[in-house]
Amino acid sequence: MAAFLSIPVGGASAGIVAPESGGGTPNAEGIRSLYLLIGVLALIVFIGVCGLLIYTLVKYRASRGGVASQIHGNNKLEVSWTVGAALILVLISVVTFIKLGGIYEPPSSDARSLPLTSKVIPAADGRQKLPENGRVYQIDVNGLQYVWRYTYPDGDTNNLNNVFSYEEMVVPTGATVALRIYAQDVQHSWWIPKLGGKFDAVPGYVNYTWFNIKEPGVYKGQCAELCGRNHANMVAQVRALPPAKFKAWYDAQRAEIRNADDQAARARNLAVKASAGK
Amino acid sequence: MTTAPTTAPTRTEPAPVPEIIAHNANPQPSGWLSWLTTTDHKKIGIMYMAAGWLFFVVGGVEALVIRLQLAQADSTLITPQTYNALFTMHGTTMVFLFLIPMIAGFANYLVPLMIGARDMAFPKLNALSFWLLVAGGVVFYGSLLYSPAECGWTCYAPLSETAYSPTNGVDAWIFLIHLTGISSFIGALNIFVTIANMRAPGMTWSRVPLFVWTMLTQSILLIIALPVIAGAVTMLLTDRQFGTHFFDPSNGGSPMLWQHLFWFFGHPEVYILVLPAFGMISEILPVFARKPIFGYRAIVAATLGIAVIGTLVWAHHMFTTPLPYAVLILFMMGTFLIAIPTGVKIFNWAFTLWRGTIEFTVPTLFSIGFLFTFLLGGITGVFLAVFPVDWQLHDTYFVVAHFHYTIVGGAVFGILAGLYFWFPKFSGRMLGERLGKMSFWTIMIGFWVTFLIQHSAGLSGMPRRVYEYADVGNLEIYNLISTIGSFILAVGILLTIINIVVSVRSGAKAGPDPWKANTLEWFTPSPPPRNNFDTVPRVRSVEPMKDIRRQIERQDRRTEEAATPA
Repeated sequence: MAAFLSIPVGGASAGIVAPESGGGTPNAEGIRSLYLLIGVLALIVFIGVCGLLIYTLVKYRASRGGVASQIHGNNKLEVSWTVGAALILVLISVVTFIKLGGIYEPPSSDARSLPLTSKVIPAADGRQKLPENGRVYQIDVNGLQYVWRYTYPDGDTNNLNNVFSYEEMVVPTGATVALRIYAQDVQHSWWIPKLGGKFDAVPGYVNYTWFNIKEPGVYKGQCAELCGRNHANMVAQVRALPPAKFKAWYDAQRAEIRNADDQAARARNLAVKASAGK
Repeated sequence: MTTAPTTAPTRTEPAPVPEIIAHNANPQPSGWLSWLTTTDHKKIGIMYMAAGWLFFVVGGVEALVIRLQLAQADSTLITPQTYNALFTMHGTTMVFLFLIPMIAGFANYLVPLMIGARDMAFPKLNALSFWLLVAGGVVFYGSLLYSPAECGWTCYAPLSETAYSPTNGVDAWIFLIHLTGISSFIGALNIFVTIANMRAPGMTWSRVPLFVWTMLTQSILLIIALPVIAGAVTMLLTDRQFGTHFFDPSNGGSPMLWQHLFWFFGHPEVYILVLPAFGMISEILPVFARKPIFGYRAIVAATLGIAVIGTLVWAHHMFTTPLPYAVLILFMMGTFLIAIPTGVKIFNWAFTLWRGTIEFTVPTLFSIGFLFTFLLGGITGVFLAVFPVDWQLHDTYFVVAHFHYTIVGGAVFGILAGLYFWFPKFSGRMLGERLGKMSFWTIMIGFWVTFLIQHSAGLSGMPRRVYEYADVGNLEIYNLISTIGSFILAVGILLTIINIVVSVRSGAKAGPDPWKANTLEWFTPSPPPRNNFDTVPRVRSVEPMKDIRRQIERQDRRTEEAATPA
């Protein structure tokens, strides 16, 4: 079993017989190897039952002089395939619980992958999993018809002056990025196939997931829950940059937003003055 | 004293024929009026099946337009609005207006005959069930005149609330759920009462045919599940019309509530569609293997087991929503459990064929097609039951492929097997064997070409319910293959429709028992007279027709022996 886990499965199988992965984030890799393990068991069962059926159909097709034996059943056989099916499911359960930790629980961030916000206060219901040292880069993901809005942390509790972006999320590599996912109109579902599973953005609720990307690059996905006519156009992508480049992007983005805010404020003041002068 | 000699009848006079004279009996209506006013379970059954076929064609055409739109990446054939309306109508039609009525049609026609009854327990209620279904279909398709619903057959709130679905399409959808729901609910009560009370003398529970067992179980599932969806759509209706905010989070409501209520109905619904097909397969395979069913009691137990577990696993449709970890694990393990009785059934069917003499008639072929297709659908279900794996596969074309393998491979192939098997009983004529085999192979090839590749589309990241996609990876090729397959599938279905139309007039005469089958419906002429049975035979085993044939053989032999001088 362990030997199988370590077999590198070529990229060719991705998207044909197995889910996508490739960003190096452990949850997507874990799901993929769990899928492949179940796939091997499933293939054995499928081939076995098909073989039994085909053999039976060929061997016992009606022929001259053939006599059907009048069997009503066999309790030993009934018990044995009930137990057999149960054992396969026990095996799948065991494999699932072994792999579950790596999929569900985030690893600690790389020491060099700052800026990391200080300890995040986990949600009261305990659904948000945090790494051992508790340090994550937490981004808020807000779904609205038909775009994703991301809010980046700045260390304080006021989220109104934070850096934000639409559609493209930029993250540092090596950092455990924790996502708080919610929606402000209808349901959406956050999904970047190479970065692990999908998590629904349900209005009135907060959903959590995480990823930890090893390789810089762009990872694409789209909304996976029907959210209206342009559901198909609600795309998302994650751009992973090395920490230094990420820092540069973050500063530039913050400067741009500040600049735009200032211009808006100036325009507002001018308008106020103009109306006061009348 | 003088009358004494007259009491001894003289042998030359013919015995008086017993005669029942009814006074003030109205003449039976004939022609189309006889269909509109009928309370005969057989006529109602045929009307149900005809309505089912009509909506099957409509839902099928909707699917073909969907497949045409997806044949190319970035297609502009139809608008997003039309696309969303089409998949909403396709799903709703196939579940509520094709499969449910089609199964109700078979059940109406066959259950009383199989248990040796002369009609259903409540014939007038039975007619009401059918006409409510028609009303549901009319109301739903009436929305084509204004603006059909665009929220999918699941109609998740808040998307289905007035703020995001302002037109009345959703209200028409709600009305359809109510009307077809009441139709199914009283239909289920009728079936349940009929089976519980009207069985032939000697038909104990261990001699009830397996199709009847599955219909009994299905009717219980309907009685459990339908009130819940009726409540849910009523809450949606009051949300939309009176501002009750049951599903609106900004006013203390919850979108999760809708999902729980919908799937508490929606998951048993899957078994409501598939169990009767299991029953049909369990009737057909023994006839053509010329063997008794393998493990009758195990199959009954598995049917009941599937029903019990099936009502307790609804949240596996919600693995990606904000649910506590413990709930995810509980529903994953529960879903695993269902695989056990389902697996038991597949082995029982395989061993029914084992050491038989299998005749490859069209009903046998569709039953075998069912076994292979449903097997794969069941196996992909195990992947989806593992919640971390479901996080990748949920709401993608992998799921679309999975449920078509179970619902088409299970329910539809079962129904087609049943159609070829019981059509001689319904009409008195056989369906064409050659055309039937052509139809079978076209349908099988078309189905596997359409849906096998959709697993790959899902694994490549294609979500369901998208009106367009970019050609990333091999998505365009996958979708083109699927579209080509869907048209092959459509040709196969068309061949069976042609077969029905041709055979109903000019098919070979069937006679009462063309297949030498096992159950009581074959004791009657084809089609059966209005009262079904002049005398109801006493049932001594689960295969009463086999007993009756043996008895006749014995009698023939005795009369032959008596006739031939020693």
